[in-house]
Amino acid sequence: MSRRAIAIVYRKELLDLLRDRRTIVSMIVVPVIVMPLLMTGLVLASLKLGGKMRQEIPAVMVLGGEDSPETMAALRALNAFSFVPPSRDFTNLISDKNINAAVGIPTNFDAAVRAGESASVTIYTYEGDFKSTLAAQSLDQFFQSMRERIVAGRLAERHLPEKLLAPFEVRKANVVPPKRVSGNLIGMILPYVVIMMCMTGAIYPSIDLTAGEKERGTMETLLCSPVARTHLVLGKGLVVLTVSLATACLSLFSNGAAVMLLKRLAGNATGGNPLPLTIDPASLLAVLVMMLPLAIFFSGAMLAVGLYSRSPKEANSYLQPMLICAVVPAAVAALPGVELNYPLALVPVLNVSLAGREIMSGLFHWNCIAVVFGSMCLYAAATVALAVALFKREDVLFRT
Amino acid sequence: MIEARQLTKIFRDKKRGEIRAVDNVSLRCQPGQIFGLLGGNGAGKTTCLRLLATLLQPTSGAATVAGYEVLTQPEKVRANIGFLSAGTALYGRLTARELVEYFGRLHGLPDVVLRPRLESLFAALDMNEFRDGRCDKLSTGVKQKVSIARTLIHDPAVMIFDEPTRGLDVLAARAVMAFIRECRGRGKTVIFSTHVMSEMEKLCDTIAILHRGRILAEGSLEQLRERFACRDLEDIFVRIVEETP
Repeated sequence: MSRRAIAIVYRKELLDLLRDRRTIVSMIVVPVIVMPLLMTGLVLASLKLGGKMRQEIPAVMVLGGEDSPETMAALRALNAFSFVPPSRDFTNLISDKNINAAVGIPTNFDAAVRAGESASVTIYTYEGDFKSTLAAQSLDQFFQSMRERIVAGRLAERHLPEKLLAPFEVRKANVVPPKRVSGNLIGMILPYVVIMMCMTGAIYPSIDLTAGEKERGTMETLLCSPVARTHLVLGKGLVVLTVSLATACLSLFSNGAAVMLLKRLAGNATGGNPLPLTIDPASLLAVLVMMLPLAIFFSGAMLAVGLYSRSPKEANSYLQPMLICAVVPAAVAALPGVELNYPLALVPVLNVSLAGREIMSGLFHWNCIAVVFGSMCLYAAATVALAVALFKREDVLFRT
Repeated sequence: MIEARQLTKIFRDKKRGEIRAVDNVSLRCQPGQIFGLLGGNGAGKTTCLRLLATLLQPTSGAATVAGYEVLTQPEKVRANIGFLSAGTALYGRLTARELVEYFGRLHGLPDVVLRPRLESLFAALDMNEFRDGRCDKLSTGVKQKVSIARTLIHDPAVMIFDEPTRGLDVLAARAVMAFIRECRGRGKTVIFSTHVMSEMEKLCDTIAILHRGRILAEGSLEQLRERFACRDLEDIFVRIVEETP
């Protein structure tokens, strides 16, 4: 009877949940439609806005330079800046975003350059402001190329080769296959997304099947049946797990499709150089296998919290902080320098996030991965056991 | 049959300390009879019935329901009872048919038994019109019929009713009363709780007056009238309760 009873409870609870608009919203609409749309929209908007800003001519103020006609002429000849008359209040004008940047040219700059003396040009910017940064970059490029031209002229006057200033070159060569480079990049984000989706997907069903039942008065009805309470809670737990995994998988699929679309669009925007994003299906599958005990762990923990709560409102007030507690270790894995080791392999959530990152980048430290999987299985078993124990306690079931 | 022997349930509350919700209750309810528990709010009626339905575990004492011990054989007890209370709600997103089928399956009924039993129950309760309607869209009266079908689908030998007419209008309440009488007619053991005197008078073969978790008086309506030299059950009830220290 036990397996049959669990299957009966599972089928009914799943049917019941799928008829609830809120489940459809949290399981399908948000991860499959809203999140990819938001991500795609945000990236496309930033690409478009970035491109538009690059085409805009920045407003620049030149401070000094009246006695340096050559430099001023070269600067104007670029047609890359809109010049604003000089003002002593230039710092406020930059701060208030009335102009994008200013450049201070010292007295007798042209003469000093001709005489081979040292001179210093200052570019004034609003650090962190995109338009100001672009203006400063253009000014910096102008003066750098001017300096290179002057250096090349001086070398030519002295009949010296240009190589004199560059006795050797330094090149960087990537020895890691593109698949692993891409995996390393994706590995920073993907486990985090899957963990978040596993947890987000489990929240609503875990509340609805426990505190929701208490509030609606159906818990007492269910408890009148001859099915053992362990089987009732296992049937419910399996439904929470199913919805959690379905949310994570649907989210992966839809966000993956969105990333591929963005890759193509961003490639077009950056002149045909596609972003180095490719996902190795075997690594992805391995990450999903690693996620299984984590999803059970979340389902068990949330079911226990839902069972303990008197009402969905109370359950929500416990589960929201729990979500934050899971976000932090999941995000810590993306920090530079945090690597998978034996002590960290025992920290729930963080261990799976780190293992997922390594697997995606093609690193398989089997001993550590085994410790991660084993410890997560133990934690998952503990949360399921807790949920079962709570479901057998009448002071929890009839808590008012 | 239902037999409770010195059944006691103590709740421990941080603020109020120990609460003896059911205190040494002993009762015997025979097949083909309706045993009534009459008491005010907080008298311990619901706790007593929840103990018999194995939803709660007794602190001390014992009870046998349909030949099974509530402490050691709770699943067998539940397989042989139909429990209906104002608190046993329906799954709103399931249809009436799906809900009754679900509970039939939870009671281990194979499809060959379940289907014809469901058809005959729906016909008897005049529910075919509503069978595919979602429970949250049904009227209170029809919901009560679905609850009745849910309690009867496994044809239990014992029926436990905890204030089953609470919140119902007169017609729906009358239908529930008729259903309880019908259960007695079919030879089922019925235990029924209420604080409505008229329901007790109309239905019960034996009445137990429960106050602060204890049975203060027990007998048929005639026996109680004779013992307290009073015709009106309400007067009898008030007298017993007021005389209790």
